[in-house]
Amino acid sequence: MDKLLLSVKNLEVVFPLRTGAVTAIRDVSFELNQGERIGIVGESGAGKSITAFAILNLISKPGYLASGSIEFDGIDLAEADEDLMRQIRGNRISMIFQDPMMTLNPVLTIGTQMEETILAHRDTSRDDARKIAIEKLKAVQIPSAETRLDQYPHELSGGMRQRVVIAIALLTDPQLIVADEPTTALDVTIQAEILELLLDLCNEFDVGLILITHDLGVVSQVTQRILVMYAGRIIEQGSTSSIIENPMHPYTKGLIGALPEMTTPGEKLNQIPGVMPSLQDIPSGCPFHNRCRYIQDVCRSRLPDLAKREERLIACHFPIQYD
Amino acid sequence: MFAFLVRRLGQAVIVMLVISLLSFSIQDQLGDPLRELVGQSVSEEIRNELREEMGLNDPFMVQYGRFLKNAVQGDLGTSYFFKRPALDVIMDKLPATIDLVIGATFWILLFSVPVGVFAAIRPHHWFSKVAMGVSIVGISVPVFLTAIFLIYLFAVELGWLPSYGRGDTVMLLGRWKTSLFTLDGLKHLLLPSISLASVILPLFVRMIRSEMMEVLETEYVKFAWAKGLHKRRIWMIHAFKNTLLPVITVGGVQLGIMVAYTILTETVFQWPGMGFMFLEAINRVDTPLIVAYLIIVGLIFVITNTVVDIIYGMVNPMVKITGQ
Ligand SMILES: Nc1ncnc2c1ncn2[C@@H]1O[C@H](COP(=O)(O)OP(=O)(O)OP(=O)(O)O)[C@@H](O)[C@H]1O
Ligand SMILES: [Mg+2]
Repeated sequence: MDKLLLSVKNLEVVFPLRTGAVTAIRDVSFELNQGERIGIVGESGAGKSITAFAILNLISKPGYLASGSIEFDGIDLAEADEDLMRQIRGNRISMIFQDPMMTLNPVLTIGTQMEETILAHRDTSRDDARKIAIEKLKAVQIPSAETRLDQYPHELSGGMRQRVVIAIALLTDPQLIVADEPTTALDVTIQAEILELLLDLCNEFDVGLILITHDLGVVSQVTQRILVMYAGRIIEQGSTSSIIENPMHPYTKGLIGALPEMTTPGEKLNQIPGVMPSLQDIPSGCPFHNRCRYIQDVCRSRLPDLAKREERLIACHFPIQYD
Repeated sequence: MFAFLVRRLGQAVIVMLVISLLSFSIQDQLGDPLRELVGQSVSEEIRNELREEMGLNDPFMVQYGRFLKNAVQGDLGTSYFFKRPALDVIMDKLPATIDLVIGATFWILLFSVPVGVFAAIRPHHWFSKVAMGVSIVGISVPVFLTAIFLIYLFAVELGWLPSYGRGDTVMLLGRWKTSLFTLDGLKHLLLPSISLASVILPLFVRMIRSEMMEVLETEYVKFAWAKGLHKRRIWMIHAFKNTLLPVITVGGVQLGIMVAYTILTETVFQWPGMGFMFLEAINRVDTPLIVAYLIIVGLIFVITNTVVDIIYGMVNPMVKITGQ
């Protein structure tokens, strides 16, 4: 039996801006089992990062969680006070950010930035914290770990820095890692290395993973399940293999069709026409309707529910059929 | 460290050369020094003889070279008015000015960091709003107005504090006269030091606040939150340490500029420092003293900037001062 680790229900995050309140994500619900790896995909601005940060109650001001519940291992994070949240962040749920060049503090040594994380959550000596840091640096395959501890971030390459960030995420043996585009800022060759490392580590330590990316190729390598987001909502959810093989939402199909692997070399990429609507003026009905090839009248007027079809959740009036 | 110091000192020497050249060339613009020395009644021949004797007829670069040679040996010329070496006159006045600068720096260090950091962390708190409002006033009101207002309120109306002079002083090491160690001296120092700080302190508060707010938005501070660190550590170590870098750079220059403000403050409070002396020297066209003052102030500037650079290098790991 798989043990349920995280259960997110009806998340809604609102940014009260001068030009009016903007709902960045709404009705976002999903579950994650112990050790399970899911991917959240979607175009820029779809609400992927907001969803991730909402879990740790770290939405940047003036945004706030307007409604919803986040149950993590029996604790309701949406109701947790600041002190309890602090004890969970970086301890039971770790984060990995997009750009390793910006994630590490330039004026503190790698060692300081690792040790402080352990000391914030564990009652150990500095020496022991240092030992744990060295051990985790070795786990992410950083050569000569001891000397790295006394170095500053600018002395390391981008790939090395992202390894350090992953090592930091592992320091406290978390149950869940939330990785927000962990490879987007890296060279293609290094991307693959980092992904493989992340996958191995999650398997080895039985850590759950929420992997955020706009690259379907990346999620298909690493995750077991996929959530597709569009304009602040989840529009399709299912097992990775079934979604990649048989995307039922026209948007998902468009994303897969736009992958470089799906294009004959020399031809243009099959980009989805149009752009995602801005949150201020989401069209009525299905938010995707004005870019959809299969549009019908009802799509303009009625918002499709996220409904169960076979093993899939899908928000579309006319999902693509396969037989 | 050694290589860094040598390079930095080399730059300092070059800057000092430029300052001395500029100061020295001012001399020519201030009229004929002979008039100040011998008065009207001496005939033109004797004047010319004197000129020749003093080397005033030599080419500019020869005169400058002579000036430089003397300056390096601590001879910056003789004050016409005091009839004493200009450097001695300045060294008599310097301690009073240093007292004033120390007083103002004390206020700046005491208040700028806590107020600036608080205003950055809690921008919507009433205290932050009041502090920002007051700082704008502080920056825009000229030093001498602040000084006159303080004198009016605390010396004239309330009668709590003296309005001029240094009060009781003590001698340190037999030659450094300071008001910092007597109660009366500190009372005299209070208003002048507040006036002097009144422009620079608000500038520091605002600078610390805006730099810190910027740093608080960075990815590495967000990451520090995501690591579950205590907020005090995030603010004081992660954010403040990065705030310090630009503050040190700009702050160092501001401390130098403070020397210029001492002229105004010392004049209003009749504070017997070298700023007050400089103004008198200008009125008396005491050229050697003016030149000597400019060179000493330039030297103070160069020293502060060098010290600031070294501190910056120690805080910022990206600057390699440990040149191996
Ligand atoms: N600080 C903010 N103020 C106002 N609106 C915001 C803010 N942060 C995010 N949003 C809104 O929330 C939406 C979703 O943002 P989010 O960062 O989650 O997108 P994303 O899916 O992660 O995109 P990307 O691939 O570019 O990272 C954005 O389109 C934006 O309109
Ligand atoms: Mg994002």
